[in-house]
Order: sequence, then structure tokens, then C-alpha cells
Amino acid sequence: NRSGTSLHLVDCESTMKAAILIQRWYRRYIARLEMRQRYTWNIFQSIEYAGEQDQLQLSSFFSFMLDNFTQLNGNERQTMFEQITVPESYSGPHLTFPLTVSHTNALLSAFKEQQPLHGRYMLQLLHQTKKLLKQMPNVIHLSTPYAKEITICGDLHGRLDDLLLIFYKNGLPSAETPYVFNGDFVDRGKKSVEVIILLFAYQLLYPDHMTLNRGNHEDHIMNLRYGFTKEVMQKYKTHGRDILLLVQDVFSLLPIATVIDNKVLIVHGGISDMTDLYLLSSIERHKVKTDCKPTGPSTQEPQYRTYSTGPTTQDLPYRTYYPGPTVQDLLYRTYRTGPTVQDLLPRTYSTGPVVDLLWSDPKSQPGCSPNTFRGGGSYFGPDVTRRLLERHGMTLLIRSHECKQEGYEVCHDGQVITIFSASNYYEEGSNRGAYIKLGRELVPRFFQYQVSRNTRKLTLTQRVNVAEGSAVRAVQEKLFSHRSELMAAFQQYDTSNSGCISVSEWALVVESVVRLDLPWRTLRPRLARLAPDGSIDYQSCFEDMGPGQPIPQVTPNLAETLYRYRTDLEIIFNIMDKDHSGQISIEEFRQTWHLFSAHLGVEVDDRAIDELAKSIDFNKDGSIDFNEFLEAFRVVSALQTNSTLPHLF
Amino acid sequence: MAEDKESAEAIVSEVHKKIRAAFDVFDHEFNKTVDVREIGTIIRSLGCFPNEGELHDVIAEIEEEEPTGYIRFEKFLPTMTKVLMERKFRPIPEDLMLQAFEVLDKQKKGHLELEELTKYMTQEGEPFTQEEMEEMLSAAMDPDKNLIFYKDFVSMMTVDDPR
Repeated sequence: NRSGTSLHLVDCESTMKAAILIQRWYRRYIARLEMRQRYTWNIFQSIEYAGEQDQLQLSSFFSFMLDNFTQLNGNERQTMFEQITVPESYSGPHLTFPLTVSHTNALLSAFKEQQPLHGRYMLQLLHQTKKLLKQMPNVIHLSTPYAKEITICGDLHGRLDDLLLIFYKNGLPSAETPYVFNGDFVDRGKKSVEVIILLFAYQLLYPDHMTLNRGNHEDHIMNLRYGFTKEVMQKYKTHGRDILLLVQDVFSLLPIATVIDNKVLIVHGGISDMTDLYLLSSIERHKVKTDCKPTGPSTQEPQYRTYSTGPTTQDLPYRTYYPGPTVQDLLYRTYRTGPTVQDLLPRTYSTGPVVDLLWSDPKSQPGCSPNTFRGGGSYFGPDVTRRLLERHGMTLLIRSHECKQEGYEVCHDGQVITIFSASNYYEEGSNRGAYIKLGRELVPRFFQYQVSRNTRKLTLTQRVNVAEGSAVRAVQEKLFSHRSELMAAFQQYDTSNSGCISVSEWALVVESVVRLDLPWRTLRPRLARLAPDGSIDYQSCFEDMGPGQPIPQVTPNLAETLYRYRTDLEIIFNIMDKDHSGQISIEEFRQTWHLFSAHLGVEVDDRAIDELAKSIDFNKDGSIDFNEFLEAFRVVSALQTNSTLPHLF
Repeated sequence: MAEDKESAEAIVSEVHKKIRAAFDVFDHEFNKTVDVREIGTIIRSLGCFPNEGELHDVIAEIEEEEPTGYIRFEKFLPTMTKVLMERKFRPIPEDLMLQAFEVLDKQKKGHLELEELTKYMTQEGEPFTQEEMEEMLSAAMDPDKNLIFYKDFVSMMTVDDPR
């Protein structure tokens, strides 16, 4: 029996050892997954914020374009919607004002069946919304109704499915179920139009029970880049422009903050140490059309102080590369010379009372510093939150603006809640969406959900794989679009011409060229192959990449430049193509090119533009499509060898 | 000799950069600190396999005297460098993993029942939380039969783990 006991003891010990080993091994595996998940997140965020930051800086250019684009047709007045007839063949909802529940129900059914709302009704809806919003103050004050809860939702970003899911789980907006939507209704998702139609319709129906805060994406400059403008132009071919102009007014009239029971502050982004609710109540908010600043100090917001610790907007140097940029310089870049569009605009950092509300992010360390990640607003610490809430006798700040894996996150000792309502924002399975319910006691209750194409729940492994794959592809595209510059820099380190450089050198080059703050060494296995001696075969970075879209036959340099700027070029093209027919006339091309040069104070020969325009119309039908537009840059390069156009090199 | 010294320095420099890169992934405020709760993930992602006890020892070494909930990079770097250079907390070879599962599989069935694995993982050794258990089951268990075919599981996990 003794041997039996000792065997038993050994057995227990080995069981325990085996268990510990398995647990240890599995935890390591999970930690790796978490690491991958974390850097995947970083990738998406970096690329997203870098894009937004660029947008803040490209704004001068686009702002100018858009302003002139609306004047290009001279005195053409906005179409009066009364003059628009709705055809017999239209089978969607018909709206009459004031709206009733049957209208909103009709809209819900229609959108579930992919049936759009006619342009006339869209314009009417926007017109009525504008009238309503004009009467509202900058800061909306609500009280929690007796025995009912207010529902607060965060970013939707054009995700109709998430909105419908919220309505399904929580109930349609009504006196029983009041809602606050905290900004960023549009951009990125494919159904921004339907989302705002529903939000505005419910607001008209129940103005006391439906509150909409402005987000940083309720801004026509952001919309140009992030998809809303394009979506409108695609869905409303005839009246798209009018709709966009009216949307611009509506967005600038949205209130910028909501306060519940004088205790809970709701804003889209956050606050700064300069936030003053009294000041905010008094500014003329409709004058802040965009937070994306023109060059120089903002004329749209009241003059703001500068940060004592960092550079002021005036201080930041204006980065110029070469004297007198040419028009071509602006629109395309070679790796050797010539600035990018971004380089030519001043790297200003946006500040202002409204910017801070719409762009700031909380941080865990105390203090308040410029939000350099985003290019606008602040990072605000728990002390800043505490001070503001105390000053106004409040207890809670609810904000959105940042995607969170669980759909919500609490920080600053429970004084700040982030609420985000677009599930699967970065990728299928990337995150949940959530909303808050707040009753009289002002204790928030959280509700999560996730729209899913699959009914089966994905394991962590599968979710990470999907998201990571997507993120890695995005990084590969970045590398591809900087290929020549990267290759040149790699070759500088590759003194022996072996095709290989050290991991260190590789990371250094990539970071300085691509200018994205990513964990390059950690990503390396997904991006580049190792040679047998442990160094990196740098050409392997570009192996998997082929352009996703058909790009016309161009020289390698140009291919990647076009690839990098294709979004910008597409935006420019879309601006020119007013009726969104996919074609621009030679005349429009000519006028727009003149605008570029006027804006930059660059002399361009009329004849040269004409020649350029005619030469890129390959099929000689008098109009230019997008592919021909892209070809223009190849042609410009070829024409460089002639003397008529300004030289690039 | 000078070359050896140079290459030794180069190795250490590489190790430092690796540690820095992993640290940065979790440095959300870009101020060279990370939340102490993420240290485990960082260490494990650098290729080390500490158990929970060993992890706590490391954390005790790098924490501030008055714990703030944050770990500073200046303290993390030397400790982690030592761990990597001394090859502490080595990885577990696949066949050893298999043996561990076989120890738990007392009846030598070639698989484990759901209840069996759950009992061992949540009651023995350094127990799993419910969340950890659920996650492992979702990855390891055949949902139709409620059985864990551990040989396949170990192979799959090892493949999924690029070095």
C-alpha cells in the first residue's frame, strides 16, 4: 500500500506539473494572439488617423476646390425642391411634412428592402431639418424623464445594420425611448445616406426625444475623403450637388454638446483644459463649417490661445522643399525630388473650442497636450476631466470618437465613458458596438451587440487572423506605394549589392519612408523574407503586391505614385465630374487646371493646358474618363522632355 | 577580439531594439510606460514562457517601490535583456506538450472529455479563469462530440506559431 500511496503522490505531482505546463503554453499562445490583435489595431488606427491628419492639412486645397467647384457654373441657383417632380415609376416612400410615424415606418421598411428615398424628399427633409436646427442652442439640455431611460449611442459611420439592430434591441425612438446620437453618423460605411435620413426623420418627428450631436465627420472636407460625398453623388446623380450643399449647412447647425440633468456632459471627442461651456454656448456654431483649417490661423472660430508647452499654429514652420512648386509637383511626386501635396501645406495643428470638443481623446496620464496623433484637439488627462466636471457641477463625461473592442470603455476613475456603436469597424469580428442607457439615478448601463455575417461565433484565433490579414494587406499596400523610395534607400545600405540588409536597417528605412508609427520588427515576418543568414531580402517586401485596381500601362515609378494618390486623384476627378457621369469635359478639365495654378500663384501657359487636355483624350470623344485622367500623369512625364511645360527635375 | 566585442554589442543592441518594439506596441500614450497588466503579454510575445509565478517575480523586480500600476521602460529594459540573453523561460517543445496531455489522459483514450479538461485546467496548477477556459475550448474542442483531440490541437497550435 505504501507503494500505492507514493505512486498516487507521484501521480498527483505529475498531473499538477502537466497542468501547469499546458496552462503556461496556452497562455503564451494567447499572449501572442493578443499582441497580434494589439498591433493589428495599431495599424488600423495609425492608417486611419494618418489619413485624417492629412485631411486636416490637405483641406486648404480641397476647400478651395470645393468653393470654386460650386461657383464654376456661374449663377446657377440651387434647385428648388418644389420644382422637382417625382416620377410615377418611383416606388419608395413619399414624405409630407410634418412627418408622422407612418413616414418613419415607411423609411425603415424601404431601407430594409434597399429601396432609396427620392432626391426631392431628401432635399425637403434636409430643408426641414435645417429649419429645426436653427432654433436650437449650441448646447442642448435634457432631463431624464420619470421612470424612463435615455439611450446614448456613439459613432455609426454609415452602418445601417448597426442602427437597425439598436432600434430592434432597444426600441424605436419615441417619447418612451428617447435617444442621443453622439456624432460621426457618416463616412466609411456604405449607408451613410440611409443613416442620416433616419436620424433626421426621427428628429423631426420627435424633436424633444431625439438629440443629435455633431461629430468630426459631420464636416464636408472629411466627407470628401471618407466616402460620404461619393456615396451621395452615386445615389443621387441629378441632385447630389444640391444635397451636399444643404447637408453642409445642416452639419454646421448640429449642436456641439448635450447635457443631461446638468450632470452628464455628452460631446463627440472630448475636452481640453480650455473648454468653457459658457463660451461654447455663445459662439456662432454655424460659422464653423469645417475644422479642417485653411492656411494660417482659423478665421472660423474665435481666436484661441496657444499651448505654452508646444508650438503654436503660427510657430510651426511652413515646410517647403523647393521654390515655386509647379502644378505637376502638386499632383504627383517622384522619389528624388518634388514635394508631395501634404508637404506643401503648412503642418498646422488645429486648436479651437469646437475642434477640442470634436477631436480630443482622453489619456491616462495627467495634463493636457496637443493631440498630435490626430492633428487636432487635445489629449486630456483625468485632472482636466475632474476640473471641468467640478467647475460645472457635473459627474460624468460621455464621449465617442474612438473605436473600442467592447464597444465601450470607462476611464478617468469612472468619470469618462467612451461609447462606440459601429461593430466590426475595422474588420469582421474586430469589435463590438454598444449603447448606454441612463435613468434618473444617472448610473449608466451598457448594452453590447455585434452585427455578424456568420451565425457561428468566431474564435479569438479566427478573429485575429481575419483582422490581421486585412491590416497586413493595408501595410503591404503602403510599402508598395513607396516602392522606389524604399528601394533606393535599401540599396544605399546594401553596399555589397547582395539584395540583403540587416533587420535594423530595414526597420529604419521603412519607418522613415512610410512615416507610420508601427511595430515594424514585430510585423517583419508578415512583410519580408529572411535570407539564410538572418538578414532581410528586401525585395521580398513587394512580392505579394499587385495593384488591386487596373492601372494603365505606366512606368513603375508612376504606378506607385498613382496607387498612393489614387484616392486624392479620384476626389479631384469627382469634383470635376459634376454630374457624376464618369466623364469630365475638356472644358471642365481646362477650367480646373486653371484653378490649381491660380490657387498656387503659378504661371501656366494656356496653350500648354490645352495641349495637355487634348492629348489625354485618347478616344477623341471630347471627354475624359478617370483612366485617361490618370494617364495624364504619364503624359506629363513624357512631355517633360519638351520645353513647354515646367520641369520637374 | 575587437570584432567579438563589436558583435557582442551588436547582439545586445538588437535585443534592445526587439524589446523596445514589443514595449511600444502597448505604450498607448507614447510616454515610455505600459500598464503592468500588459507585461505578461509583452514578455510572452518576446518568445518567453514564464508561468504565472515566474511572471510575478519579474514584475516585482521592475515595479516602482510605490506601485503606480505602470511599468517604465528604463526598468523593463535591463531585466528583459537579461531574461532574453540568459534564455530564461524557454519555449516548450511540441512532444513535451503532447506528453503533458497524455499524463492527463489517464485512460489513454487519445482524447480528453470536456469535463476532464475543464476540471484539470480550472482546478489544478495555476487555474484558468472561466474566460480562458472558454477560449481554449472554442479552439480545442470538437463541438459535435464535446471531445478534445489533443494531438491535433497541439499540432495546430505549433503550426500557428511562426518563429
